[in-house]
Amino acid sequence: MISFVFLTTDILLFLLIAALVAYVIYASRHEHLARPWKQVLCNPLATGAAVMLSFYFLIAILDSIHFHPTIESPVSKDVQYSVRVSSVLDLVLGSIIAGTEKTYSAPFSVYAFSKETLVDEGGNMIREYPRLRHAGSHLLDPSSRLNDILTRGAVGIGKGLLSWIFLSAIIIVLMARTQKLAIRLIVSKISWGQFSLPWRTFFLSLGVICVLVALCLHLCPYYHVLGTDQVGNDTLYQALKSARTGLLIGTLTTLVMLPFAVIFGVSAGYFGGWIDDFIQYIYTTLSSIPSVLLIAASALMLEVYLSNNADTFVSVTARADLRLLCLCLILGVTTWTGLCRYLRAETLKLRESSYIDASRAFGVAPWTTIWKHVIPNVMHIVTISIVLDFSGLVLAEAALSYLNIGVDPSMESWGNMINGARLELAREPVVWWSLFAAFIFMFVLVLSANVFADAVRDAFDPRIRELN
Amino acid sequence: MSSYLLRRVLYAFPILLGVNIITFFLFFVVNSPDDMARMHLGNKYVTVDAIEKWKSERGYDRPLFFNAEEEGRKKILNTIFYTKTVKLFVFDFGQSDSGRDIGYDVSERMWPSLMITLPILILGLFLTISLALAIAFFRATYLDTFAVVMCVCMMSISGLFYIIGGQYLFSKLLKIVPISGFDDGFLAIKFLLLPIIVGVVGGLGNGTRWYRTIFLEEINRDYVRTARSKGLSEKVVLYVHVLRNGMIPILTGVVALLPSLFLGSLITEAFFGIPGLGSYTIEAIQSQDFSIVRAMVFLGSALYILGLVLTDVSYTFVDPRISLS
Repeated sequence: MISFVFLTTDILLFLLIAALVAYVIYASRHEHLARPWKQVLCNPLATGAAVMLSFYFLIAILDSIHFHPTIESPVSKDVQYSVRVSSVLDLVLGSIIAGTEKTYSAPFSVYAFSKETLVDEGGNMIREYPRLRHAGSHLLDPSSRLNDILTRGAVGIGKGLLSWIFLSAIIIVLMARTQKLAIRLIVSKISWGQFSLPWRTFFLSLGVICVLVALCLHLCPYYHVLGTDQVGNDTLYQALKSARTGLLIGTLTTLVMLPFAVIFGVSAGYFGGWIDDFIQYIYTTLSSIPSVLLIAASALMLEVYLSNNADTFVSVTARADLRLLCLCLILGVTTWTGLCRYLRAETLKLRESSYIDASRAFGVAPWTTIWKHVIPNVMHIVTISIVLDFSGLVLAEAALSYLNIGVDPSMESWGNMINGARLELAREPVVWWSLFAAFIFMFVLVLSANVFADAVRDAFDPRIRELN
Repeated sequence: MSSYLLRRVLYAFPILLGVNIITFFLFFVVNSPDDMARMHLGNKYVTVDAIEKWKSERGYDRPLFFNAEEEGRKKILNTIFYTKTVKLFVFDFGQSDSGRDIGYDVSERMWPSLMITLPILILGLFLTISLALAIAFFRATYLDTFAVVMCVCMMSISGLFYIIGGQYLFSKLLKIVPISGFDDGFLAIKFLLLPIIVGVVGGLGNGTRWYRTIFLEEINRDYVRTARSKGLSEKVVLYVHVLRNGMIPILTGVVALLPSLFLGSLITEAFFGIPGLGSYTIEAIQSQDFSIVRAMVFLGSALYILGLVLTDVSYTFVDPRISLS
């Protein structure tokens, strides 16, 4: 028996994925949605970005299945559960990534970062860099480290390529089955880029991911590939765990604000009159507060609330989870006004069109008209703004965490990693790997999101430049 | 024009009132002054007397909206809402929770903020417009594609990276400028140099790409075709005709930003130790000084609304087709 834990953000993430799957099924059956999405996927850059994004999402999903790990009890035979909450990703990475060290250590190093007093074979006290407990402990002679890394790396790359070929072969055979073409023909068509969809880019990005994963599988159990942080935790592990926080902030914020923005924006544009005035007043007021200050003020209040109600939370994880959710809510409040304004403007235009007139003339109820005729025609703006907002929100998380008004300090996030490591650049030698890992992981995610968002915008409405 | 301005100013009042109600709700209704006192004094071992003392020192011991114990007008005047919120309308910020005069602090600290944000705005505008024009000149070539790819990459890098990288490169490795700090008068320039460079570089990717779109849109207009068909060179078309018309959305966008320059940038000022309004806000957030945060929220929204009005006015100056009536 496994005792699962469902955090609020987990449930929301799974709901989001269910909604996404439903949307994909719906879109594939409706030509007006299927065509722009196909156009997005026809863009090779967007396909590559989509593969990278799905990889991040996979990590986030693995990290969102939480449970209490069992502990061996010497006393009773019943299964005992730890109070700690861990996730499937912890389970997977725990068996792969080398264990915790005492303090900083550089990437691929076998020695710790700071000197300690050790006793040598003759019983003398010496100041020396001690060997790491987990990294490189299989090496009898540390000078053979480079050779060891290279052989392991080469084996890793080789296995990565093999698994890539294997995976590709399965997909190609499936393609051959469905398209009723010879396998050789399909391979040549892919390699010359003759399909309308950029399958070549898809396979290449899949290959990059396969090789990277295989490299990690071969090197991580023996070395800290990206070093360790101040308390000796593996940096790569932290960077991977942070993916969930970044993705949640990027997606949940939009999810939370979407209903308000759509309902308010559309009804302001459709009904006009005092409803329009009132909704305009609300969003002008909200957008006139500088967003950082509104976030800071709300975060401050949240902190007061959390510290006064500290007993109501079962675990630190639950508390951090609530804080993350609140941060999404607060960010949602500050970002919905923009979308609301565009939706209102678009609805004002649509209201004058003849099919809305016809619907009114037939005596269809206002909300039915809105649901059936207005909302489907403004959905492209919603789609564009969801993907465009994503990258900004991921970057905002890092900045907010630096100001201590972001996610809970106990939660892994790129912002917290940067915040914890930024003072270490003053050390000699420089501790650069934590910053490096956080920035690289963030850069790849944000770059993929930006590239994908551009393609989506071009496919759905190339004229919209205000949403830039 | 003047009647329009008057209407806009009058319209600003309900918005500012709304802002005040939101902040009031956030600061006094979601958490009572008792909660704030307990938070400030440390959560454990707080006596009721200590809380009462903390509240009365800062004027939080009044009722929220309605004081039943007072006579006549004072029923409304002697409440937290009036004393803490309505006074903001005349820019009387009162005292901070640690007893300093907020109005004085703000007037002192807005200048360092301005010394950073203004050069960043001017230099950044000049650089991004030049780059965007150059890219528009080489449109639909490999140079254009390369520039756009670079812009997207630069947009995808976290702003923190530019700051940390800049500090590491210029201050630690090259030792050209100090890492952080501030000085009076002209001595401040060595402290300001790096934040300004970082600010300009950080905004380059986004700005260039955005202005490029604007210029490319203008290039497809009829008047450009007319200018070309008259035999004008591509340079004249671009730098005289396209630039002037493209400047309309750019300038009006910039005017909207002008008032908020006073507020400075929270993160830049915190990293470089510049005693501006941005770091003032951060200090207030970190020491949980509610009065300062509330005052800054009000100030920020007032400046934002001012920016909106200025945008509308600036349209009439740069684009004679638009009139305010």
